[in-house]
Amino acid sequence: MAKIFIYPTTSLILSDMVARFGHEPLGAALGIRERIQTAGFDSPPLQVTPEEPKKGLRWAAVEVPSGVRGRMAILGPLIDHAEAAIIINDADLAFGCMGCARTNELLLFLLRHRGIPVLDLTYPRSEEEGEIFVAAIREFLEKLPKGGKAE
Amino acid sequence: MTDKVRIAQLACGPEYSGVQKEINDAAAAVGAEIFFPDIALSDVKRDLTLFGLDVRSPDLKLAIARAKELVEGRIEADAVFIATCFRCAEAAIVRNELRRYIVEHSTLPVVSYSFTERTTSGTLLTRMEALTTIARRRALLAREVQEGLTLGLDSGSATTKAIVMQDNRIIGKGWLPTIEVLKSAEDAIALALAEAGVSREEIQAVGTTGYGRYLVGQHIHADLIQEELTVNSKGAVFLADHQHGPCTVIDIGGMDNKAITVHDGIPGTFTMGGICAGASGRFLEMTAKRLGVEITELGPLAIKGLSTRVPMNSYCIVFGTQSLVNALAAGSTREDVAAAACHSVAEQVFEQQLQEVDIKEPVIMVGGTSLISGLVHAMGTLLQTEILVPIHSQHIGAVGSALLASGFIREKR
Repeated sequence: MAKIFIYPTTSLILSDMVARFGHEPLGAALGIRERIQTAGFDSPPLQVTPEEPKKGLRWAAVEVPSGVRGRMAILGPLIDHAEAAIIINDADLAFGCMGCARTNELLLFLLRHRGIPVLDLTYPRSEEEGEIFVAAIREFLEKLPKGGKAE
Repeated sequence: MTDKVRIAQLACGPEYSGVQKEINDAAAAVGAEIFFPDIALSDVKRDLTLFGLDVRSPDLKLAIARAKELVEGRIEADAVFIATCFRCAEAAIVRNELRRYIVEHSTLPVVSYSFTERTTSGTLLTRMEALTTIARRRALLAREVQEGLTLGLDSGSATTKAIVMQDNRIIGKGWLPTIEVLKSAEDAIALALAEAGVSREEIQAVGTTGYGRYLVGQHIHADLIQEELTVNSKGAVFLADHQHGPCTVIDIGGMDNKAITVHDGIPGTFTMGGICAGASGRFLEMTAKRLGVEITELGPLAIKGLSTRVPMNSYCIVFGTQSLVNALAAGSTREDVAAAACHSVAEQVFEQQLQEVDIKEPVIMVGGTSLISGLVHAMGTLLQTEILVPIHSQHIGAVGSALLASGFIREKR
């Protein structure tokens, strides 16, 4: 079983697919373990304190807005632990989305430079594209070792 | 509507910056509650297309859609709070456009704020208090005439001002530097009472404002304890005899600055704060000290000088002072340095704050710094308008408090 970082990190569909194919999804739900209250698109955790933006300095400099650093404090460690990643580009809002575009740009950059297997897909806009989309994810996940670390 | 003032929050990032609790606490402290307008995904897509601002961040898209739902009356609120991360360009564009859109298309009071992880509820308190007052206490703010014998006290960060008013006239004034908050207040009140020739017992109602308003207000049993944004607006239109129609009030204070657009004496949009002390009255105090003149002499000195002859950027009080010292060492005249200091403060307020309110003429400058003629001249040049400085403008908060406090005389009876 490999640890798969999913993007968008809030996508329940993607998280479910990863789990169904025998791997561990790394998404927002993991970073946000405690109470969740819906205030924005990415279901922010209210237990975030001003300490998180400071922890986020590991991934983004002090001149980067506090919201980016706060998000990185939650998602950055997941990238560090990821053994593979699935990135869905231009996803529909209903598929899962994350509130801050600048954070998203940084996350994608870090994922693509981690040196782990990355599946980069565009969100399907038709049924036919949808079938290809699911097949590509299945194929990617099946190739990853289930018993130990991904190579 | 519930008893609490319901403030709709349009935001990106406060929860991840760890400041959502601070926003909630500031609202709760003034009897308000923050809520997030609940809308469907299909509304977001439709509203975004109609609004026409194609932003990348989904939370900003959500903020735009929520603003449209509020303006078009599909969601009810008493006021709007727009908050985005400091230093985010995309968010700054959205923040400004949403504020403008809400002001132009609704009667909802709105305040916008850019936060960092260091933002506290204390920083937000005055803004929230003003927002709730405008939303729910319009009857209080509608008062145009002072009645009876009332006392107003403005416990500011630099000076404490007291005013005694009787039947719509100022009959006593007190103005002292703020040293010990309570003692300075007591002394300023004593001065005002002495000039008015009345005793404390004769005063029928008392109002307090300014940074020390709660401490002093409780100490002297004030009938009205009110933040300075609404109080100064009332004081400004009263003293300038401009109670009806639009105007803009600018107050460059000792610790922060306020820019308020006012209509019929009631604040519309406002900004409060400053990037650095370099844009405050403190910098002008330091300039006067370095030039060896009293603060009252700085204005006339600046009027004689030419600001363009001295490069000065007072975005930071330390660097601003450094520019000042360098200019004097390089042979600049005191007049030019004084003019440059006034221009620098005015320019910073113009660039940092006045861009966030839509200037409506006449522009009224109030507070102690409005007596510095060089600063008023510099602001007038930047805004390309003649600035109005009413008589007693330095007592603006105390006058506004005394005026509003008279609304409590009948209640006491």
